[in-house]
Amino acid sequence: MAEYKWPEESKRKYIGKRISRLDGPDKVSGRAKYTFDINRPGMLFGKVLRSPHAHAKIVSIDTSAAESMPGVKGVRIIQGPGTEIQWAMDEIALVAAVDEGTAEDAARAIKVKYEVLPHVVNERELASVPAANRRPPTEQTKGDPAAAFSGAEVIVEDVYGNDVITHCCLETHGLVTEWPGANNVLLHQSTQSISSNGGEMARALQLPAGSVEVKMDHIGGGFGSKFPVDRWGVEATKLSKQLGGAPIKLMLERDAELTVAGTRPSAYAKVKVGAKKDGTLVAWESESWGSGGVAGTGMPPYPYVWQFANQKTRHHSISTNNGPQRAWRAPNHPQACLVTMGALEDLAAKIGMDPLDFVLKNIEMTGVRANVYRDELLKGAEMIEWKKIWRPRGQGGVGSTSTVKRGLGLSLHTWGGGGHASDCDLTVHPDGSVEIKIGSQDLGTGTRTTIQIVVAESLAVPREMVKVHLGSNKYPPSGSSGGSTTIGGVSASSRRASIDALNLLLEKVAPTLGTTADKLEAVDGKIQVIGDPTKSMTWKQACAKLGTQPITTRGKNPGRENLTSAGVGGVQMADVSVDIETGIIRMNNFIAVQDCGLIIDMKTAESQVFGAMIMGVTFSLYEEKIMDDQTGRMLNPNMEFYRLAGLADIGNFKVHMMTGKGYDERGPIGLGEPPTVSPGAAISNAVANAIGVRVSTLPLTPDRVLAALARKGGQAS
Amino acid sequence: MSSSDERRDEAEKPVVSRRNFLKGTGVAGVALTIPLAPGAEAQAGVAGVTVIGPERSKITLNVNGTPRALEVEPRVTLLDALRNDLDVTGAKRVCDRATCGACSVILDGKLVYGCSVLAIEAQGRKIETVESLASNGQLHPVQKAFVDNDAQQCGFCTPGFVMACKSLLDHHPEPSADDIRLGLGGNLCRCGTYVGIKAAVAQAATEMKKTRTKGGRRNG
Repeated sequence: MAEYKWPEESKRKYIGKRISRLDGPDKVSGRAKYTFDINRPGMLFGKVLRSPHAHAKIVSIDTSAAESMPGVKGVRIIQGPGTEIQWAMDEIALVAAVDEGTAEDAARAIKVKYEVLPHVVNERELASVPAANRRPPTEQTKGDPAAAFSGAEVIVEDVYGNDVITHCCLETHGLVTEWPGANNVLLHQSTQSISSNGGEMARALQLPAGSVEVKMDHIGGGFGSKFPVDRWGVEATKLSKQLGGAPIKLMLERDAELTVAGTRPSAYAKVKVGAKKDGTLVAWESESWGSGGVAGTGMPPYPYVWQFANQKTRHHSISTNNGPQRAWRAPNHPQACLVTMGALEDLAAKIGMDPLDFVLKNIEMTGVRANVYRDELLKGAEMIEWKKIWRPRGQGGVGSTSTVKRGLGLSLHTWGGGGHASDCDLTVHPDGSVEIKIGSQDLGTGTRTTIQIVVAESLAVPREMVKVHLGSNKYPPSGSSGGSTTIGGVSASSRRASIDALNLLLEKVAPTLGTTADKLEAVDGKIQVIGDPTKSMTWKQACAKLGTQPITTRGKNPGRENLTSAGVGGVQMADVSVDIETGIIRMNNFIAVQDCGLIIDMKTAESQVFGAMIMGVTFSLYEEKIMDDQTGRMLNPNMEFYRLAGLADIGNFKVHMMTGKGYDERGPIGLGEPPTVSPGAAISNAVANAIGVRVSTLPLTPDRVLAALARKGGQAS
Repeated sequence: MSSSDERRDEAEKPVVSRRNFLKGTGVAGVALTIPLAPGAEAQAGVAGVTVIGPERSKITLNVNGTPRALEVEPRVTLLDALRNDLDVTGAKRVCDRATCGACSVILDGKLVYGCSVLAIEAQGRKIETVESLASNGQLHPVQKAFVDNDAQQCGFCTPGFVMACKSLLDHHPEPSADDIRLGLGGNLCRCGTYVGIKAAVAQAATEMKKTRTKGGRRNG
């Protein structure tokens, strides 16, 4: 009989190998259909009229001109007179028309009168935020920080932070919605939450949960911003019903995507941190603030990873008239990491220690993963040649010139990433083919591929025999893909379903092989007597014994025997060059050392890390949601001024995944979030090391670099 | 001017206006084909210039070797005509203003942004989309290299990158680092697949060279 536990390394045929993603050929050939690509018979196009004001009360709305336009099929008011709008580009009304141009014309023809109210859209300077926009601060103290600071020999005090950024999914949020019958809805939605969106939409429409079908084969990015059905989705579905159920496609325009479809909140903190001259950390104090829109935002976990016996934190949640925050890869961690690791780097510099030595000296303060971090730091230092290139702050690393300074920076991070609840149905057919149905979604992380690997490995059949079906809420429910919870959930449920199915098959064929199921195993496409390959039958022969009745098993997570765990550690090191005349930063090398338990597919796992690092370069150097104080609107809701890194911006990247003893036995742990956490801190620290002064706030744009140099009294003109 | 030379111009002028881009593609008479009020059209009527619109017009587009008839307003872009009217959805709409390259298609052998060419301007021209690259079920070497090197995650930028890579290698069979930087500088990815893309370009260049030396370039 087969067991649930993951196979030993020597017995793995697919798990942990470098396997190309299953849906790669569809994606490179344009065959992969995304929600944006869905065209339905008789489909109408939806367009939304949005508020030009960041804060205003709606006085009146006149839709008559829009409704009478040829080609316009319906207009629906989303927020009516009397409503107070809290951020620019919030939805006012929705139009459905026969084509996009007509729908746009009609949305423009709607006349809205507003009573404009005062707004606040920027919060970088705490002192300039009006009192009305500040929530009462929260404060927490541990130990006796005041006494500890009095015993500190070196203290650093500075401000660190990052501005609001957006998710900027390449496929904008949206859906195609229709009513195939009077009481049931079909949604094609770009979502990270295929299994729960049907119920969510049904609740909004007061329909039974099972009456909304949701489908999605591929998604063009989510990053935490695509969990809900969203008000615009509900409104489009209601408008479809008004129009006899006709399909309506509503995909957000790029400016709306960047303005209202999710942000990562800002985070700023005035930090005081102290140590002994020998580098022993003693105390932490921070006063922080930030905003994720009208609802403000909670405090990131300061100090991050490092557990101080004596610490005090104080946090101000700021309410601003900005589109609301949504989960953004590793919510709160990149901000907390930047602030903490930035302050520690500055402290090391003030003491005169190499930050690598400083971090290693205090590593026990990181708690349970201290040994993982130590191993990763040493590996990373070797990969980036830390000791060869690093020079004390401001001296410029090896290869610096009079105007171009090189620097190294490091950071470390953690994340949970335990598996979510996941159900799946696995069927072994009498012809030997295998199918698995699971209400999950593949965000481009390789979920399809990893499920196929787990099933093929568990049944010892070629991968090609396993067909993976996901992307429908008609399949057994599996969790949302967020918080790096998918791999643990789907790998565990598909492993259990596979092993259960295999054991049923072994029981079926045991009499033919003249033995009992507990004496049989599946190896290389055969069922054989354990230790005696001469007594065997092929997988196909075995499955033929099923007659006409396939085996179907339900796999679950959580379930019997724990197959996944939570909690990983990672280290990143950046090597940058900074032109002190222009303020332009170039990435030379960037390395990541990452743990994620048992790796199912090395190729897509590495891609996750590379991707997170590239996204990290982007938010460290370029990304900023620039809000205009005068108009209350975003100034760069487009892709030329909301800048993403291009292929030439990234430098040389290397990734090392921690595997083997100490890692594999923990089972698969999620990888989407952790490597996104450290880039800001590592790159910011590298820049500080290069130019001898901290650029306090991300993104590290040339103007900020020059301003920091000017403050230092440096070479900037 | 080769397509990658064109990208080179763009790279040097980071802010490319749609108008400049349209000029860059060599499309004549852009201003005259922008829909105008009926009165204005008559005034703009210049001998030898066909006035189209503003109402829907019947046009034929040569898409991947097949003539496709459709009716579009003059303001409809080639990208939207492909996607909304012809259900050819490989090219993606992302920025919709000539920044990200997700809509890249090849027009008369030149790489263009489909969001910045009007459908009516593409009449009589050879339009190649990502759907045309694979032949007889075999992936083009560029496509295969993208799969092999995992040069994709969500995959939404991938069709545009594949077309840009194909164009790059068609014009620069042995691309230098600068050729790659400039040839692919007009495409953006959010998931961060550039490490894989760089490796894919190298693999595809090697494979395409082998094919050429065996005689007969495939897929133009």
